[in-house]
Amino acid sequence: MEEKPVNKTNSNGYTFMFAVIMVVVVASVLAFTATSLQPIQNVNVREEKMQNILATVGVDSVEVDGVPTFLSREMVQEYYDKFITQSLALRADGSVDESVNAFKVDLAKELGKPVEEQIYPLYIANIKGEKYYVIPLRGKGLWDAIWGYIALKDDLNTVKGAVFDHKGETPGLGAEITKVWFQHRFENERVFDDEGNLVGVSAVKGSLGNSNKEDNRVDAISGATITSKGVSNMISERLKHYLPYFKKQEGFKVAIQ
Amino acid sequence: MNTDRKLTSEEKEAKKKEMIMFLSSSEEKEHFLSKQNRKLISDPLNDNNPITVQVLGICSALAITVQLEPAIVMAVAVIAVVAFSNVIISLLRNMIPNRIRIIVQLVVVASLVILVDQILKAYAYDVSKQLSVFVGLIITNCIVMGRLEAFALGNGAWKSFLDGIGNGAGYGLILIIVAFFRELLGSGKLFGYEVLGHRAATVADSTGLYSIGYENNGLMLLSPMALIIVGIIIWVQRSRNRKLIEEN
Repeated sequence: MEEKPVNKTNSNGYTFMFAVIMVVVVASVLAFTATSLQPIQNVNVREEKMQNILATVGVDSVEVDGVPTFLSREMVQEYYDKFITQSLALRADGSVDESVNAFKVDLAKELGKPVEEQIYPLYIANIKGEKYYVIPLRGKGLWDAIWGYIALKDDLNTVKGAVFDHKGETPGLGAEITKVWFQHRFENERVFDDEGNLVGVSAVKGSLGNSNKEDNRVDAISGATITSKGVSNMISERLKHYLPYFKKQEGFKVAIQ
Repeated sequence: MNTDRKLTSEEKEAKKKEMIMFLSSSEEKEHFLSKQNRKLISDPLNDNNPITVQVLGICSALAITVQLEPAIVMAVAVIAVVAFSNVIISLLRNMIPNRIRIIVQLVVVASLVILVDQILKAYAYDVSKQLSVFVGLIITNCIVMGRLEAFALGNGAWKSFLDGIGNGAGYGLILIIVAFFRELLGSGKLFGYEVLGHRAATVADSTGLYSIGYENNGLMLLSPMALIIVGIIIWVQRSRNRKLIEEN
């Protein structure tokens, strides 16, 4: 008696084994690639972080032989060392933790810890005699994390500049927060209101354009309300952590009219 | 004489094996770049273009064609993903259980996309940031799954590879044409270099075309313009190639 010809690829056992082997092979290939490329990617991320910190204080291009040149990632380390004079790791009470390298602090991880254990990095830039405080930001957009940096001038109230970035916001809508035209709106805005309360800068509808720098508000992005709110929340929430430190500074003179 | 003959027959054997590696056993032996195989590459560039004729993969064509550089990187990424997923699926086609074949295809495409994404993040970081979610979204590009289902499951590895290259290139060609016009007319640049002259604050200070009052067309930078340019390409292509016009 002859056996019926069975197509082996359709049996349950074969299908199951195929799936298992495929998953193992694919997982090892991907894990190997990800691990071996990690060091190069980390250098990129590090250089971009320095670029962003410098961009918030207005150093996004530098003069090379008298010609303004885009500050590329190859050049960034030199200018970072030149302009960023201090990197502080602050505890929640505003004291400086000397044992921590502020540049290596992962804000996302810190925000997951209990408040008393959190460390907040602060970069102090000194450009042509002007002192700026660069504060890293992290918050939630519509789809995923958003982050960035905001630089305050010496009075610890006026914004020098801001840079935002995102992980998965919609291109053309929420992702517009990475564009210069949106980030420019934050320049010279104030983060304290007239009573001296920390309110940050909120991105809302109808803030009378870019000329009004008195109301702690900028125009939001149409079609990206949730991402715009995310940016506002991120600024006010992160700045709060720095209040204890700000209050200790000599330059802290909130303009209350 | 004798040794010569032996060598040639050995060489023949080696060649045969090589052919079998590339071609499936059911296929007839044919030259690597025979007329039929060349058609696999040339067809998707024109008569069977994935974007203009099959109208697939439009979404990324709209999003990343503002500048030439990301468009070219995206084109290369898609070519690599289609070609290699085609080859892998074609090699496995007699082993893949029919019931889970779509899942297998997805896993292959997804892992290739992750590989491409990781490589871009390591070696072309700035472009990978511009492309943002679109590299990851290659997996949803209908061209890729379409080629796997329609071609790789029924053809040998070499043919599938050519088919993948052809379709990827057909997609990339349209992307590059669209990006060329959008970057040139939208920002007066190509690859970031100012080719139409430098635009200063006033007309008097500007050089090149800007000195005679030329203005960049801001509409070119918005996504809808990509759709319009794709439409124009389809129009031009069909007016030159009558057999593409559907009879109704």
